[in-house]
Amino acid sequence: MSTPPSVNRQRRNLLVGTAAAGGAAGLAVAVPFVESMQPSERAKAMGAPVEVDISNIAPGEQKTLEWQGKPVWVLHRTRAQIEGIAKSDELVVDPGVEQAQQPSSLKGNKLRSEKPEFFIAVGVCTHLGCSPVYQQDQDRFYCPCHGSKFDLAGRVYKGVPAPTNLVVPKYTYLSDTKLLIGTDKKEG
Amino acid sequence: MKSVITVLATLATSFTISMSAHANVDVQLDHAPINPTDAASLQAGARTFVNNCLNCHSAGLVRYNQLKGIGLTEAQIKENLLFTGQKVGDMMTVSASPRDQREWFGNAPPDLSVEARVRGVDWLYTYMRRFYRDPSTATGWNNTVFPNVAMPHVLWSLQGMSEARVEVEKGEGHERKTIVIEAPTGGSMTTAQYDRTIADLVNFMGWMAEPHAIERRNLGFLVLIALSILILLTYLLKAAYWKDIH
Amino acid sequence: MAAADKIVTTTGLLGWVDERFPLTKLFREHMSEYYAPKNFNFFYFFGALSLLVLVNQILTGIFLTMHYKPDAASAFASVEYIMREVNFGWLIRYMHSTGASAFFIVVYLHMFRGLIYGSYRKPRELIWIFGVIIFLMLMGEAFFGYLLPWGQMSFWGAQVIVNLFGAVPFIGPDLSVWIRGDFVVSDATLNRFFAFHVIALPLAICGLVAAHIMALHEVGSNNPDGVEIKKTKDPVTGHPLDGIPFHPYYTVKDLFGVSVFLFVFCTVIFFAPEMGGYFLEANNFIPANPMQTPAHIAPVWYFTPFYSILRAVPPVFESQFPGVACMGLSVMVFFLMPWLDRGAVKSIRYRGSHFKTWLTLFIVSLFILGYLGTQPTDVWGRFGEGVPFVGGAERATWGARLFSVVYFLYFILMPWYTRWDKTKPEPTRVTG
Repeated sequence: MSTPPSVNRQRRNLLVGTAAAGGAAGLAVAVPFVESMQPSERAKAMGAPVEVDISNIAPGEQKTLEWQGKPVWVLHRTRAQIEGIAKSDELVVDPGVEQAQQPSSLKGNKLRSEKPEFFIAVGVCTHLGCSPVYQQDQDRFYCPCHGSKFDLAGRVYKGVPAPTNLVVPKYTYLSDTKLLIGTDKKEG
Repeated sequence: MKSVITVLATLATSFTISMSAHANVDVQLDHAPINPTDAASLQAGARTFVNNCLNCHSAGLVRYNQLKGIGLTEAQIKENLLFTGQKVGDMMTVSASPRDQREWFGNAPPDLSVEARVRGVDWLYTYMRRFYRDPSTATGWNNTVFPNVAMPHVLWSLQGMSEARVEVEKGEGHERKTIVIEAPTGGSMTTAQYDRTIADLVNFMGWMAEPHAIERRNLGFLVLIALSILILLTYLLKAAYWKDIH
Repeated sequence: MAAADKIVTTTGLLGWVDERFPLTKLFREHMSEYYAPKNFNFFYFFGALSLLVLVNQILTGIFLTMHYKPDAASAFASVEYIMREVNFGWLIRYMHSTGASAFFIVVYLHMFRGLIYGSYRKPRELIWIFGVIIFLMLMGEAFFGYLLPWGQMSFWGAQVIVNLFGAVPFIGPDLSVWIRGDFVVSDATLNRFFAFHVIALPLAICGLVAAHIMALHEVGSNNPDGVEIKKTKDPVTGHPLDGIPFHPYYTVKDLFGVSVFLFVFCTVIFFAPEMGGYFLEANNFIPANPMQTPAHIAPVWYFTPFYSILRAVPPVFESQFPGVACMGLSVMVFFLMPWLDRGAVKSIRYRGSHFKTWLTLFIVSLFILGYLGTQPTDVWGRFGEGVPFVGGAERATWGARLFSVVYFLYFILMPWYTRWDKTKPEPTRVTG
């Protein structure tokens, strides 16, 4: 087993080179396989912004639509409901709307909406992903899975399992009655 | 580009093309003068396809906003190619059900998503340019590439109508029937314009059949370069180890 | 510990593992102290390459399964979904479809190597038998997998092949219904073919490959000279004088072979994935339509020689069973190779003219039958007009019959022509 040192050095350099090249090739091969498990082009296309007509939602009524496969609510809040939100300030975890659960333009906006009447939120509980129920008689959203409660601005109540407010997606008013959910720019 | 002009010129001069009538298989196909990287041609083809083919044929495996792959923006797709009430995320389907279509045409028009991989672009290019008037068929049309095809000549207002006559050639002990198509008349396009329109359409259909074909070739060059390096390295490595084996 | 007499020389983490699992021992036995003949040539790349392609098929198959739907209503569209919508789905699918053809190319070359150097002969009969079983499994794997895209060729190919079982006397019709789970190829058939393709056969193939390699390492590799290197050992070290450790010598050599193979493989994947209709058939881009058979049904290229034999045999008493039986025999006969060959030497290098002539005839027959198998037939067992190169239906039909006979004669006459052959004396050491 005594080979001249020069031979070993040449072999070692080549081994390192080949191993590096082979390793790089292996990593490159892994890319398509890992990428193939990401959402497909079609899934992403399904995640494209959706248009919704809000003219036919009566005050106090909620409409659910699908965006990126998730339920999105459009709640037409009555005047009384809008005023009621201020009253829940002491019941909720984040009364000042500091948590980053809405587009930055709505930060600190206690109603968490661009127009006071229309509250738009992703209807997925921030605890474990169930879809809460709108309980009109109690002016809140209630999650049937583990009892989390949110006020009508989607702010989470204290003492419930959900840690954060409901997510408000980006959206744009195309007109007074047309809403584009999933984008904050006019063109899209 | 040069070859495109040559092909077009040859076609323009040869108005009458004779082909063997019965042989669906060994029809002489014209080479489709297309460039799959030409975005303008692909977009023109997409317009022709949506406006003319998509009324009866679906392309149900293709999503409208996949057409971003031929350089269109979502807004352009929406304005120019969508039918009313459709969304850019929809698939390119037709509203008529296959069953209704079978009743109307005798055959449900096939989905065209991968048609270019079934027939080949040259076949499509030749087929779309070889319709002729034939009073004996239900539609009044016939085709030398696809005899007794159920599809009428949808683009006749562009190409015009061609009459055809059968020439019988008597050889030794056999006779050979040849359908000779005459120059089309009454179309809104010149032959060169019509051929260009069909070439663009076929180009688009080729893209649609394999949207990642260009990406595939481009990635292929990189992969082969990388493998060449690996071949060199592994050869040197092998030689370094094997030099003491006799 | 149970193995108290076990001596572990490694230390650290490896030592910890070695005390509990024979890692170093396995590596030594199968790699660094497995002595392989030093005179392996070009044909000895294809065993390692077969293993590489197997890994490729399993890996790409797993990822295809994540998106494919084994359902007659959505199978075709789900394959196109992979081709269009899944990130790099087209690449993974082409790697799998090209891999299928590549698998047969490397396996055929691997088998050819066995034929020319007598690798099936004593003491390697079991290696050969495991290999033939792997080959059979592979044919099944390819057949089941070919239905999955649910195109016209998938559907009608499966229809024809399953109906062949209908030719078996007495139980045939019931048998083909049982295989399909329906009266035609249908959703039920697709679903069970999927099960066979993605789990049953791959599992069996992996197990058999392990057995194939274990049997090989038990008796040692053959070589282009067909001499047993274990007969001449170094009196001091006890290693074969003509042997070199598999690792590092053949690992680095195979790495080079793998790189060259990948270059060719990737050229097909990226520049000619359809391979002119031989790897992906144009008609298979039409969704399966049970109402309409395509004008021309041909199996994929790797099945065409056997398909030709099937068609060459004329029906006897209006039964196609003889043809089916001959096709089955044409593969099964490989099992008998170790006992049919009575030659004094193993390698073609020392064989006489009889063996070389018959082997040439066999390979020529295989190619001609393979070519004829791609050509359409009008009537069962008869070829259409205008078969190129051959000149008409009559000649094609008789050609298929003649070469089918030659194919079988290669095996049937082997006990005699190998024994009568004028062989050259085998050397005692390999010649390099």
